[in-house]
Amino acid sequence: MRVENVVKTFGETVRALDGVSLEFEPGIVYGLLGPNGAGKTTLIRVLTTLLKADSGYAEVAGVDVRADPVAARTHIGLAGQFAAVDDYLTGRENVEMVGRLYNLSAEEAKRRAGELLERIHLDDAADRTVRTYSGGMRRRLDLAASLVGRPQVLFLDEPTTGIDPQSRLDLWELIRDLIATGTTVLLTTQYLDEADQLANQIGVIDRGKLIAQGTGDGLKDRMGGSVIELHVADDERDRTLEALRAISHEASFETARKSIRLPAPDGSLTLLAVVRRLDESGITAQDVALHKPTLDDVFLTLTGRGAAEAEAERESTKQPGRRGRRERSAV
Amino acid sequence: MATATEAARPSRISPAHTIKDIAVITKRNLLRNIRLPQLLIFATVQPVMFLLLFNYVFGGAIGGAIPPIAQGEYINWLLPGLLIQVAAFGAGQTALGLTEDLSKGVIDRFRSLPMARSAVLAGRTLSDVIRNGFVIGLMVVMGFLMGFRYQTNFLSFVAGLAVAMVFSYSLSWIMATIGLAVKNPEAAQSAVFLPVFPLVFASSVFVPTQTMPAWLQTFAENQPITVTVNALRGLMLGREALIDYQPGMTANQITQAVAEAPTVEGQVLQSLGWAVAIMIVFVPLAIRVYRKTVS
Ligand SMILES: Nc1ncnc2c1ncn2[C@@H]1O[C@H](COP(=O)(O)OP(=O)(O)O)[C@@H](O)[C@H]1O
Ligand SMILES: [Mg+2]
Repeated sequence: MRVENVVKTFGETVRALDGVSLEFEPGIVYGLLGPNGAGKTTLIRVLTTLLKADSGYAEVAGVDVRADPVAARTHIGLAGQFAAVDDYLTGRENVEMVGRLYNLSAEEAKRRAGELLERIHLDDAADRTVRTYSGGMRRRLDLAASLVGRPQVLFLDEPTTGIDPQSRLDLWELIRDLIATGTTVLLTTQYLDEADQLANQIGVIDRGKLIAQGTGDGLKDRMGGSVIELHVADDERDRTLEALRAISHEASFETARKSIRLPAPDGSLTLLAVVRRLDESGITAQDVALHKPTLDDVFLTLTGRGAAEAEAERESTKQPGRRGRRERSAV
Repeated sequence: MATATEAARPSRISPAHTIKDIAVITKRNLLRNIRLPQLLIFATVQPVMFLLLFNYVFGGAIGGAIPPIAQGEYINWLLPGLLIQVAAFGAGQTALGLTEDLSKGVIDRFRSLPMARSAVLAGRTLSDVIRNGFVIGLMVVMGFLMGFRYQTNFLSFVAGLAVAMVFSYSLSWIMATIGLAVKNPEAAQSAVFLPVFPLVFASSVFVPTQTMPAWLQTFAENQPITVTVNALRGLMLGREALIDYQPGMTANQITQAVAEAPTVEGQVLQSLGWAVAIMIVFVPLAIRVYRKTVS
């Protein structure tokens, strides 16, 4: 997989991809992490031949996606941001149909569908229409459909967004199991823990640009691990900061969130120390919380803006009415 | 997983592969019609209701104003017209089906697969014309039960049904273009009726065009729906159905009118001409819009 300086604009104001470059080896799981509107789906659409980039070069499984999209499609599997399965077909019919469209013979498609449905633990429901499936089941089915052609490169766009926590864990396990076989995977997510759980390598994307790359641990190190965040009344702020500096010199006031933050290298032990210290100083905090690093923290660290803020800003740069507008002139 | 033996995959999609893809997509679309009961009910109840309502509500009033070859039975006049009306409305399903697939991301999946791109549109229009064929068959049975009798011969009658199918297929391509252009299923609902409504009502579907004001008559007589309805009436009832009929005409006047009436072959050729012209314009247009569509 090689992506060089890919640019994609929608209309005149939206630069969905603003010169993205990334490269990684076959067989790894690459997690593309970014807030809503960062350009993740757009990049996937370019790489899966659904959208032509304005400029730049993209190669998937050694094939230039612009020069030979038909060849590229034989090597890829896509599970989009919303499960694209047919409600009125059964789970088995859905997978078989996609298999046929990957040019498998009827028997081969049937065999492959049976095998995948078993692997995604849908064999009991395989002959029910998808209308009766839960959200998690649909996602799993969509995943099976994306795998039926034995793709060399698999694209998963936010595979667990909008799914309840239990199904999310199941889905993680399933993805790990399915990709253990050496498929190269590009997955996008808004959650650091998801990228951390599934990906060997993580890229952080913001406003159409890749702003950091590394392993999950590497990124977390750069963020300094867990943090404690607390809110106090404004007139207590200076006193609190002074008190907490006894625990960490890095305790500081974060204007973006109106909160005091300090690193918590010892996790809950640091939290206990903070609570004790506040108590001794007679300070009443409105709330105190221990945070493991989240996407928001990555953003705060990398860009100085929170992820929610990044998203809000993104929205406001768009002209009203632009959101639903589709790309008209594919170049 | 992917082995070296699989590497010889073509970058072009062969005709055999394309035909298989079209068959797969057509089957999928047809299953949707069969599995979603409300679609089937809508597809069958509505035309039957039209047939009953128009026949028994308008039949009495219009029965005397139609050419005598209809034997005074409005159903004989109405059925060929309603078949085309139903085919025209039915073609709207092409737009609705496509917008639904677009909005659900199914088209994205198809576009990411190594399948023939033309198969999505070909399969869609094909499944819709099959569905329309089913509805037409149902209406014909219903029509016979209500007293419809063709006045020509069986072959000619079947040829009429074939003309209806060809015309309906060409309309599907207009609807496909509209659906792909508006993209959103709700918008498509109204967008498809926009061209269909005036064409269906300002035509000879329900009443002979000579009862209309002159300006409307000129439009009504030359537009594709009227031409096709005339072709069907000609094939099912005979050239006598195409005359400029005025109530009270004598037998002689009628013979004279028949000699002056458009020929059945002429109307059939015109209808087929329309279908071909529509396809020459809208097949490439629909494909172009499809290529540019980003869902
Ligand atoms: N078809 C489109 N037309 C106009 N703007 C678009 C289109 N698709 C995406 N965008 C805009 O491009 C930006 C990136 O979107 P996207 O790639 O969907 O982000 P993500 O998947 O990371 O949430 C957003 O500002 C989005 O509104
Ligand atoms: Mg997205």
